[in-house]
Amino acid sequence: MEKNNCFHCGLDVIKAEEIFFDDKIFCCTGCKTVYEIFNQNDLTSYYDFEKSPGATPQNTNGKYDFLDNESIVSKLLEFKENETTIISLNIPHIHCSSCIWILENLQRLQKGISTSQVNFPEKRVRITFNSATVSVKEIVLLLSSIGYEPYISLENYESGKAVVDRSLTYKLGVAFFCFGNIMLLSFPEYFEVKEYWLDHYRGFFRWLIFALSLPSFFYSASGYYVSAYKSIKTKMLNIDIPIALGIIVMFVRSTFDIIMDYGSGFFDSLTGLIFFMLLGKMFQIKTYSFLSFERDFKSYFPIAITKINPDGRELSIPIYEVEKGNRLLIRNQELIPVDGILLSEKAEIDYSFVTGEAVPIVKHSGDKVFAGGKQIGKMIEMEVLQTVSQSYLTQLWSNDVFQKNVEQKHKTITDKISRYFTPILLLIAFVGFGYWIFINANTAFNVFTAVLIVACPCALALTAPFTFGNVLRILGKQKFYLKNALVIEQLAKVDTIVFDKTGTITTNKKSKITYVPPSEIIGIGVQDGVINSETSTLIKNALRGSNHPLSRMLYDFLPETKLIKVDNFEEQAGKGIQALVAGSSIKIGSRDFVLHTHFETDNKGCDSEVELENTVVYITIDEVYYGKYIFMNQYRDGLAKLFQDLSKKYEIKILSGDNDGERATLQALLPKGTALIFNQKPEQKLEFIKALQAVGKNVMMVGDGLNDAGALAQSHIGISISENVNVFSPACDAILDAEEFKKLNFFLRYSKDAITTIKMSFVVSLLYNVVGLGFAITGNLLPLIAAIIMPLSTITIVSFVTVMSNYYAKRKR
Amino acid sequence: MSVIYLLISISILVAIGFFIAFIRAVKTGQYDDDFTPSVRMLFEDELIQKETKNKEESLKTEYLETQK
Repeated sequence: MEKNNCFHCGLDVIKAEEIFFDDKIFCCTGCKTVYEIFNQNDLTSYYDFEKSPGATPQNTNGKYDFLDNESIVSKLLEFKENETTIISLNIPHIHCSSCIWILENLQRLQKGISTSQVNFPEKRVRITFNSATVSVKEIVLLLSSIGYEPYISLENYESGKAVVDRSLTYKLGVAFFCFGNIMLLSFPEYFEVKEYWLDHYRGFFRWLIFALSLPSFFYSASGYYVSAYKSIKTKMLNIDIPIALGIIVMFVRSTFDIIMDYGSGFFDSLTGLIFFMLLGKMFQIKTYSFLSFERDFKSYFPIAITKINPDGRELSIPIYEVEKGNRLLIRNQELIPVDGILLSEKAEIDYSFVTGEAVPIVKHSGDKVFAGGKQIGKMIEMEVLQTVSQSYLTQLWSNDVFQKNVEQKHKTITDKISRYFTPILLLIAFVGFGYWIFINANTAFNVFTAVLIVACPCALALTAPFTFGNVLRILGKQKFYLKNALVIEQLAKVDTIVFDKTGTITTNKKSKITYVPPSEIIGIGVQDGVINSETSTLIKNALRGSNHPLSRMLYDFLPETKLIKVDNFEEQAGKGIQALVAGSSIKIGSRDFVLHTHFETDNKGCDSEVELENTVVYITIDEVYYGKYIFMNQYRDGLAKLFQDLSKKYEIKILSGDNDGERATLQALLPKGTALIFNQKPEQKLEFIKALQAVGKNVMMVGDGLNDAGALAQSHIGISISENVNVFSPACDAILDAEEFKKLNFFLRYSKDAITTIKMSFVVSLLYNVVGLGFAITGNLLPLIAAIIMPLSTITIVSFVTVMSNYYAKRKR
Repeated sequence: MSVIYLLISISILVAIGFFIAFIRAVKTGQYDDDFTPSVRMLFEDELIQKETKNKEESLKTEYLETQK
């Protein structure tokens, strides 16, 4: 069979359904429409940059009606004056150069848009438009219709314009400007040529250098003074104290030197030092702009919801205005924002954001529904019981963990060293001073300042930023995204690991599926059959049209087959699907739906224990029973091996919100001594972590859903496992792509290697200090020597840590 | 030789000029996104497609031929 791909989205095209338009093949009318839009507006070069870059537009029927509400829209805008309006929209589909091109040419598709600019790393587009000509809703609908549906959540509400902190860039710029110019002007001094002209203009050069060093000294280095002052105040000796001390002494002594005409001073070293240290700081900051580590429920929840007034009118209102007793309308794929009671007859609710469990739960009229669930299928009505902030799930956020400012009193490895470094340094300086004071008071002052200058722990301070910066990049390439460099040190210290079960060590993508042919009990008086390749083809085709998670799983499970056109496809929420494939009537779904015609009389004795704990799908073809598929929790690849490896070094615990139905399976799979704790509510998980911390454990929590959010925030390190890192993950310290879960042990070991690297390079940088001190204490520290030692040690350290951290990353996985 | 005052002043002034340009670039957000511009600068001719349409059309059919 000839296989073709859709010109727009790249998916396989079924022969019977293919649409031939303008010499190109499309998989559905949606893709064709997008192509038509682009074609009419001469934007077809969209397809030139990247092959099949598009996405099939989703049905947005009524979804964005809330954008008619002026008060909601005004909260989303970034800027508005008269008719000029700017809005920033997050579009998760942005992934290639074609996306940038089409989104920056929006003004050709829609009148009223003046410019649009894409920020690729953040997956955002910033649109400037004329609000008299075009509305926000029209823009959002236009984006959706070309396959770039924006993601609007409660987080956008009142977000306004984010303040970007660019002070480090400024400081670095200033430091580089001063450093570069001072270096140029210092050259004559380096060569110490006794030439008339140089002597004549020396004063001019020196004072110019002095003037140039002022911005660097007062502005660029200001962060170090503040930090040193703070650490003295809290009586914690950190690395910034000797740095600040060194910088200040260097500046004072150099100024003194040129006033008294003793020499040229150390301004070149001073500004170089500041520049290199700021560079290290910059290098350490590696942000994954498209990820957010601070997500709470706000980024999951919609911004507005449809309320039904008592008179039957529908009205979009902001989520925060939902009140107890309101009646809400929840459409297909919409999130339930508050706890409430279901009014509609039946609903299927997917709680995968909350629990990680992908199979939807069926609720009936009068049942309680909790916030965080996503409605699948028809639209439903519900009555509100709690407001947003009082709902079961959102209450978690009122816990202290989320309130407190997360400025941890965490001692970094550099700070630990500097606790000894600073006193020893001062001791050496005073001893040197004490010795020379009896010989020559002048030299004594020189020695004292020289010691502080040369020992200024520039290399020491650079070690950690460069190592961590490099490690962050290496881990990021392996899809393990850390919030900041501090997390690496924390990782190396972990001694207890707590895992969530559902969605973390099990996958919610593919369940383990077993086929059970019709057994004898069921077979009484009924014709039955066994699924073979032919019937499996029919089933697979029938499943194709269904978006139910179980259908998708079963579809993926069944072997690859040819595609047949499906007629009379019908899906019933909470029941199953019915379809006519190649003349055979196929029914797939729940027991009641598929089998009730067969055995209304014989309903006992079939519900074995297996079926109660797992999800089962029954199948009939032309009223003949063909057995059932049982879905079981599938554990992630390499789980057993990972736990074997981890259990050697760490204490492992598993927390689960589920009942203990899987206890036996887990015990067989996991090493002995693994604690298994079931039936844990979100707050209990948090308390569990707290209890472990109370006995002095360094706890790492690995979780995925919103119900782990409390535990993730409480633990020393919260790692969130995500199937799709672009979209969802609760607040955490690190995000791990689910595919890389089995590498967790490697990541933990690598973080330890990083610490080893740092320790080794501390030794190297201390060696430089000893050499420098040798010059200083004998009273021989010339500005030229300082100017050589300082960059030399920096380069050695930077190259050493880069080579080492790359070496460790490449070592056996 | 007092020309050295003039020369150095000029060199410092030029440096300050560049420095001001840098500050302005940071202020307008040019350092916030360092990836997209690298892609954007490669777009150019696509906007004036109308004139070259026929040529593009033939190229596209050729492209499709090779695909089959």
